[in-house]
Amino acid sequence: MAAMDKVLSVEGLREVYGNTVAVDGISFDVMPNEIVGLLGPNGAGKTTTINIILGVLEPTAGKVFIEGLDISKDRLEAASRTNFAAVYAPLPGNLTVYQNLRVFGMLYGVKELSKRIDELMEQFDLKAHRDKKCGALSSGEQTRVGLAKAMLNRPHLLLLDEPTASLDPSIASEIRADIREYASEGSGAVLWTSHNMHEVENTCDRVLFLSHGKILLEGDPKTLPSEYGKKDLEELFITVAREPLMLGAG
Amino acid sequence: MRVSRSCWGQGRYMRSSPTFAIVLRQLYLIRGSFSRIFPLFCWAAVDMVLWGFLTRYLNTVASPGFNFIPALLGAVLLWDIFIRIMQGVTMAFFEDVWSRNFLNIFAAPVSVSEYVAGLVLTSIATSVIGIAVMVFIAVGLFKLSLLVYGSMIMPYLLVLFLFGISLGIFGFGLVLRLGPASEWFIWPIPALISPFVGVLYPVSTLPGWMQAVSFLLPPSYVFEGLRTVVSGGAVSGSGLLYAALLAVGYILLAYWFFVRVYKHALRTGLIARYSAESLS
Repeated sequence: MAAMDKVLSVEGLREVYGNTVAVDGISFDVMPNEIVGLLGPNGAGKTTTINIILGVLEPTAGKVFIEGLDISKDRLEAASRTNFAAVYAPLPGNLTVYQNLRVFGMLYGVKELSKRIDELMEQFDLKAHRDKKCGALSSGEQTRVGLAKAMLNRPHLLLLDEPTASLDPSIASEIRADIREYASEGSGAVLWTSHNMHEVENTCDRVLFLSHGKILLEGDPKTLPSEYGKKDLEELFITVAREPLMLGAG
Repeated sequence: MRVSRSCWGQGRYMRSSPTFAIVLRQLYLIRGSFSRIFPLFCWAAVDMVLWGFLTRYLNTVASPGFNFIPALLGAVLLWDIFIRIMQGVTMAFFEDVWSRNFLNIFAAPVSVSEYVAGLVLTSIATSVIGIAVMVFIAVGLFKLSLLVYGSMIMPYLLVLFLFGISLGIFGFGLVLRLGPASEWFIWPIPALISPFVGVLYPVSTLPGWMQAVSFLLPPSYVFEGLRTVVSGGAVSGSGLLYAALLAVGYILLAYWFFVRVYKHALRTGLIARYSAESLS
């Protein structure tokens, strides 16, 4: 049985598409108040892992527990404790910001929804865009709406797939601060993918480097580069992407 | 070994909030869009006008004593109601296809039964508009009296409603399985069925093999019954009961088909990458 104090527990996760092994038996945990970075080059298996945790992709093998709930048996309960924002899953552009937040708030069964929407509009600086259709917003504004939707149900597990990719540095910094604050309060935890190594170093408590579907490295983003003789996380990332065998893959 | 995911029975009870969220989404879309409001009644209204004048003309050239309005215009009205119901279900689903919203919807704590119930409720809400316009034209302009059908009108509508829902669920299951471009398989379904169900002529007119198909289609019993009522005959209650049971059976079959397709989409990752249409 999965330990109840873990927000997320992934055990022996494997995903095979035809002859392609997208995720190759990975296991990891995310603890309360922790921000974990899931890093790796394109095609490493990050998004596949997130899709499995979200319950929209069935693993070939392995288990995912969210606060002890097996998502293969208690998907609805687990999903109600989770939320996500991803650049590849924009909210419907033909609904306004308010309409999207209302519809998704109802889907997630959010209590006192109007009040929660007002709070998020304020937090993500969306008040001026309340009645604008999401499709008419800039990519940065759409990202903020997606983050507001991800926070609607105060998820215990927040999955963020490149959440600041379309944001200017000032807004991105504010968003990172908001997410750090969210993770430090209550018992929430964050699983974060990003290609911005500076952001990861400043935001994540721990990182997992994925390569060819396997976890190659794991550790503190501030000390991990020096442990492998690299000057920073970006150099380490490049090594993982180009020469994973040098770091023990395969 | 692949891990099985039992998402379907997880909702030990169906919650209203996610279901009404699906309905609300569609109402938001319709409220702000003339191009969505217009088709709700436009083509059905054109059908009523066309068939209204045709039946008037037929009444002038046919032998006196037979009134084509309840026999033909009434049948077309009921058939259009069936089409409205079916398309109401599929249209609400297509909104998620067009806005590439599957990942957001299916990652949320929404069960398939809640999602499908939302689409069905949406269809009922939107169909009411089209039905009201059709009835207004048929009754107001062409003097179609629904009283001619007596109390049988309710079971007729119920059978057509149930069958419309079943084809709608089957339709969006097909689109989920085959990809966004396959929506063009869905629009012609009513036209493909109509020759078999005898909307405008008795089923006995059809060759044997078509009659065999018609036996399996619930609307056949509605239109046969409608003609019997108009000609003053007694409608077979058992026939209508069989049609209703058949329609319920098709709903269960269509729902089973959709669940199978959804499970396949979960296994293959199709939901997360739906816009790709094919993962091969």
